[in-house]
Amino acid sequence: MLMRRVPNMTMTTAPTIDAILHEHRRLRVRRHALLVALAIACLAAIALDVATGPSAMSPWKIVTGLINPGSLSPSEAAIVWQIRLPYALTAVLVGACLALSGAEMQTVLDNPLASPFTLGVSSAASFGASLAIVLGLGVPFLPSDAIVALNAFVFAFGSVLLLQAMARARRGGVQSIVLFGIAMVFAFNALTALVQFVASQEALQQLVFWTMGSLSRASWRSVAVLAAVLALAAPFSWVAARALTALRLGEDRAASAGVDVARLRFFSMLRASLLSATAVAFVGVVGFVGLVGPHIARLLVGEDHRLFLPASVLSGALLMSLASAASKTMVPGALLPVGVVTAVIGVPAFLFLIFKSGARG
Amino acid sequence: MSLLVNGLTARYGDQVILSDLSLASLPRGEVTSLVGPNGAGKSTLLRAIAGLASASGQVRLDDLSLDRMSIAERARHVAYMPQTLPANVALTVLETVIAALEASPSAVGGDAAVRAMAALERVGATPLALKRLDRLSGGQRQIAALAQAIVREPRVLLLDEPTSALDLRHQLEVLSLAKAYARETDAVVVLVLHDLQAAARVSDHVVVLANGRVRVEGPPSEAITPTTLADVWQVRARVEACAQGQIQVMVDAVL
Repeated sequence: MLMRRVPNMTMTTAPTIDAILHEHRRLRVRRHALLVALAIACLAAIALDVATGPSAMSPWKIVTGLINPGSLSPSEAAIVWQIRLPYALTAVLVGACLALSGAEMQTVLDNPLASPFTLGVSSAASFGASLAIVLGLGVPFLPSDAIVALNAFVFAFGSVLLLQAMARARRGGVQSIVLFGIAMVFAFNALTALVQFVASQEALQQLVFWTMGSLSRASWRSVAVLAAVLALAAPFSWVAARALTALRLGEDRAASAGVDVARLRFFSMLRASLLSATAVAFVGVVGFVGLVGPHIARLLVGEDHRLFLPASVLSGALLMSLASAASKTMVPGALLPVGVVTAVIGVPAFLFLIFKSGARG
Repeated sequence: MSLLVNGLTARYGDQVILSDLSLASLPRGEVTSLVGPNGAGKSTLLRAIAGLASASGQVRLDDLSLDRMSIAERARHVAYMPQTLPANVALTVLETVIAALEASPSAVGGDAAVRAMAALERVGATPLALKRLDRLSGGQRQIAALAQAIVREPRVLLLDEPTSALDLRHQLEVLSLAKAYARETDAVVVLVLHDLQAAARVSDHVVVLANGRVRVEGPPSEAITPTTLADVWQVRARVEACAQGQIQVMVDAVL
């Protein structure tokens, strides 16, 4: 460098460039190791989730059953293959989808409170599902629960498109999107309450369970659809990771560094809505994972999105998987709505992390 | 070899912010300051040159038409530093500079971390490299932002009020860094400044804007005069050179 050096501003002894670069690389290695640890924790949580349930089967028996299905009795095989495994996989996939969705929303809207829940996506899905349940919508050749999920998806996805359209019409910044989202939460909640008011007793029960978030409709179909949507969206998120990191420096700075911010924001919100709409369509409202997954990831690996996005996916998956296992064990003999459990275990974990990071700062 | 701004018009809704604005050619290796009262269109002009504000007209660097380039293409030649500083960013200073370097696919080769460190060294901020951006003071964040802006080695560096949040020492530091960048890399540096004395001190060329038009432009001693101050800022002032030759602006009264 040719330039005259300006005296260093803050320190008396400056570490050398090589030492700084070495420390920077060490930090990256440590963060990659944390990603691996999160992935291992996820696998352990899935195993725990599969091993947990009202029918007393030993974990060993389940493991051998997974490797060699012939070793199980027909009823045990049904429990493992038709209930435990699809439940557990749906849980991790829902967690992954919601957290990735929340992570992208938080970055492109520059708001740490953005999530599918806080922007009205979940509320819209609830309303869509309520309508399908109460009106008893039916389409030939489609099972009724698929109609409910489909209608939830249509409303959730539509709500985000509406959000984008309104923000565009107002030519407003990201703050207006957040405000529109909050308006949407209230609007759809009111509409859902209206539907509940006129619903029959039986429909109401189904509806309440839906709005609490539940894995009880999990099946291999939900696993396949969720996995497909995640597999479709995640590579695009990965490609956008560097631009998303730059966006953390501010819209103008990112644009000046070559990021087409409007395009990035549009496609990011599209991915986020697809992911969250699919997730809530299958399990109903699970409020906490999309918000907290990214926060846990941020505290663990920072905001370089090449690390932050995978860490969000894994944190969300882990949180949801643990919640699923806990929902089966917290009250013996009862399966609690998983949305309730995510809040119960998520809030203390979140507060712990906030206080811990505050103490470090 | 210079930056040419010709016939720029920018609107916000019905309001005309810049009206058919042209500047004398801004040579490479020199610093130009845009000064003027609030709402004169300084920031809009800077953003229009950066391609961030939609405007009609020509912006050319040598024989390149910057106004016709895509965002990613323009980022190879021009860097813009906004007035606002990012907050609550969970990245180290070094990571933010790498992020600015790698933001678009046009990022040039080489080890990003090494190049980012070179930019930090250039602005004298190596000790800050591993600190979290949101744990720095305003002045330190501004210096980090300067490193983010120059890491791509732009040939046009645009800084919007780079000294507004800074104490005296940091103000001088940022301005001298901007000037040194222009001289040593043969870049065109354009600053928006409110402080006329600072503008006079750092600039080779001063553009005085009012109501979206150029009132006067030229070397500091010609652009910053009692007449201009009365005409544009509506103040009665004296402009005198001190014993060391630096221009001093002394305001006596509001007109």
